[in-house]
Amino acid sequence: MHIVVCVKQVPDTKIIKINPKTNTLDRRSAPAILNPYDAHAVQEAVRMKRLIKNVYISVLSMGPPQANAIIKKSLEIGADEGYLISDRAFAGADTLATSYALSKALEKIASIRPIDMILCGKHAIDGDTGQVGPGIARRLDIPPVTNVIEVTELSEKDQTVVVKRKLSGGYQLLRIQMPCLLTVEKEINEIEYSPLPNMLKAARYEPVVWTVNDLQDVDRTQLGLKGSPTIVGKMFTPPKHEGGKRLEGSADEQVKDLITCLLEEKKELFYVK
Amino acid sequence: MSKEYRGVWVFIEQNEGEIEGVSLELLGAGRTLADKLGVSLAGVLLGKNVLALCKQVISYGADEVYVIDHPVLEDYRTESYMKGVILLAEKYRPEIFLYGATPNGKDLASAVATDLSTGLTADTTMLDVDLEKRLLEASRPAFGGNIMATILCKKHRPQMATVRPKVMKALEPDSEKQGVIIEENIELHEEDMRTKVLKIVKDVSKSASLADAHIIVCGGKGLGDQQNFTLIYELAEVIGASVGGTRDVVEAGWLPHELQIGQTGETVTPKVYFAVGVSGAIQHVVGMKNSDIIIAINKDASAPIFDVATYGIVGDALVILPKLIQQFKEILTEKGGEISYAGKI
Repeated sequence: MHIVVCVKQVPDTKIIKINPKTNTLDRRSAPAILNPYDAHAVQEAVRMKRLIKNVYISVLSMGPPQANAIIKKSLEIGADEGYLISDRAFAGADTLATSYALSKALEKIASIRPIDMILCGKHAIDGDTGQVGPGIARRLDIPPVTNVIEVTELSEKDQTVVVKRKLSGGYQLLRIQMPCLLTVEKEINEIEYSPLPNMLKAARYEPVVWTVNDLQDVDRTQLGLKGSPTIVGKMFTPPKHEGGKRLEGSADEQVKDLITCLLEEKKELFYVK
Repeated sequence: MSKEYRGVWVFIEQNEGEIEGVSLELLGAGRTLADKLGVSLAGVLLGKNVLALCKQVISYGADEVYVIDHPVLEDYRTESYMKGVILLAEKYRPEIFLYGATPNGKDLASAVATDLSTGLTADTTMLDVDLEKRLLEASRPAFGGNIMATILCKKHRPQMATVRPKVMKALEPDSEKQGVIIEENIELHEEDMRTKVLKIVKDVSKSASLADAHIIVCGGKGLGDQQNFTLIYELAEVIGASVGGTRDVVEAGWLPHELQIGQTGETVTPKVYFAVGVSGAIQHVVGMKNSDIIIAINKDASAPIFDVATYGIVGDALVILPKLIQQFKEILTEKGGEISYAGKI
C-alpha cells in the first residue's frame, strides 16, 4: 500500500510579525516549520504502517528549495521518500492553482508507484483555508473526506478505510473506497519522538526535486499567479471599536465595581445568595 | 463573460431536516448584497424530504429556492452533494455563491470551486460588493490573524466564499414573504457512491457546550504558565461558566484544541465573556466580539482587547483573578453541580 502525504512549509504564525507600514509579512521574523496539521498526517501514515505490513510512505511538497527541511522532518517522523516540486512557475498560486500543481505531481508519483491513499493536514496555519485537500481529490477524481479525527479500520484486501469525520456537533462514521484522500485534525494522534535511525536517515536524505518540466501534460495557464482566480485586493486593520468603560481605583474596588455592573445587567445568570 | 451570471445564492445546510443557523445568517447577509446589486437572492437546498423547509428559507429572505430532493442525499457526502450543486450552478449561473464555514460547507465549497474552476475565499468575516465592477469583496483575518485581507475574484464566476458562523445577522423571519420554488432532478445511484455513511453520532461534548455557554471565561498567554491557568477554571467553577482559550494557549498545550476560541477555533456569542490575559489579536476577536458583555483583564493598557471590551480592568490577572473569585464566592450560593449548570442551560 502506498500512502502519499502532502506537506507544506509555513512560517510559525505564533511568532510572525506584520510590518505596520507596508501591511506585509515580515517573513524573517518567524522560523519556517512543517505545518503542524501535516505533521499529524505523516504521523497517521506511520501509525497505519505499523497496523498493516507493506506500507510505503511518500511525502510531497511544493515550495522553494528550502522546503527540503520539512521533507527531512517528515522522514524523521517516519516517511520513506520525499518529493519536492519547485519552480518559479508555481509561485503566487492560490488554492485552485496549488491543487492543480500538486495533482500533476501526484500523477507522476502514481506512475512510479500507484497511490492508495493521500493524506493532508486539515489546513495550513498560514492560510487557514483547508481548500487544497478536497481540490486535489476532485482533480484526481477520488473521494475526499475532510476533518478526520480517527481511522478506525483499514482493510488492504477490500481496499476500504473506515474513519470518523468531525461535524459541527458530533461525527460521521464513513467507509470509503480507496484510493481516497483524507484531511486530518490534530486530535487524530500524538506526534511521537523520532527514533534515532529515522533521524540519521533524514540527515543524509536528499528529496527528489522536480521542476515544471519534469511533470507531464501540464497546462501552464493553470499554474501560479496566472492560474489563480483569487487575488488579494487590499490589506487593512479592521475599524476600531469604541472600547467600553475602564474601571478605576484599587484592584479591590475595580473587582467590586465589575461585579456590581454584571449583577445589574445579567442578574439572571448568577445564583446570588 | 460576467454578464451571463446573475443573482446571489446561499447554500442551505440542513441536518436531519433542521437548517443550520449559519445558513439563515447568510440569507440575511446575502439579502443585503442582492439588494445592492439589484438581483434576486436564492437558497440552494439539497437533501431527502426537504421540500417542507423551503418556506423557512423564503421567510428568512430568499426570493427563490432551488431544491434537489433525492434519497441518496439523505446524509451529507461530498460526492453526491457536489454533483447536485454543480448541476444547479452550471444551469442557472449565479454571480455570487456563499456557504457556511462549517465542516460540510467548507468541504462542499472546496470541491465545487475546483470543478467550476473558480475562486473561493475561506472563512470570510466581512462581505461587501463593488457595485461598479459587480465584485464580491470577501474579507478575512490573514497571516495568523493580525490583519484583514480582502479577497477578490475578478475573472471567474460564480464568486464563492465560505463565511464564519455567528458573524452575520439573520433577518427576522417574515412568514408572509412569497417566493418561487424550483425543483431540479438528478441522476444519483447509491451503488455509485464510493463513500458510505455507516452512522452519525451526535456529541454534546465540550465544544458544543462552549458554543452554547452563557458565560465563558477565556484565558490567554498573559497568564504566564499552565499552573496559573487553573485560576481560570476556578473562576469558571464559582460562577458556572465554560472555559476557553486563545490559539496561543492551545498551541502551548494548556488546553485541548476543542476549547480554542477564534478564527480557527469556535465562534462564541455568550451573554458574558471574560478575556483574561488575552491581548486581542484579530483572529481571536472575530470569534468572540458578538458577546453581550465583554470583560477584559490585562496588564497592558494598550492591548487591543480593551477596544472591544464593555468593561476593562488594567491590572495583573494573577492579582485580579483571586479577588474576583473571592468576591463572587461571597455573594453567590455554593450549589456545586447546580452552579456549574447555571452558565449553560
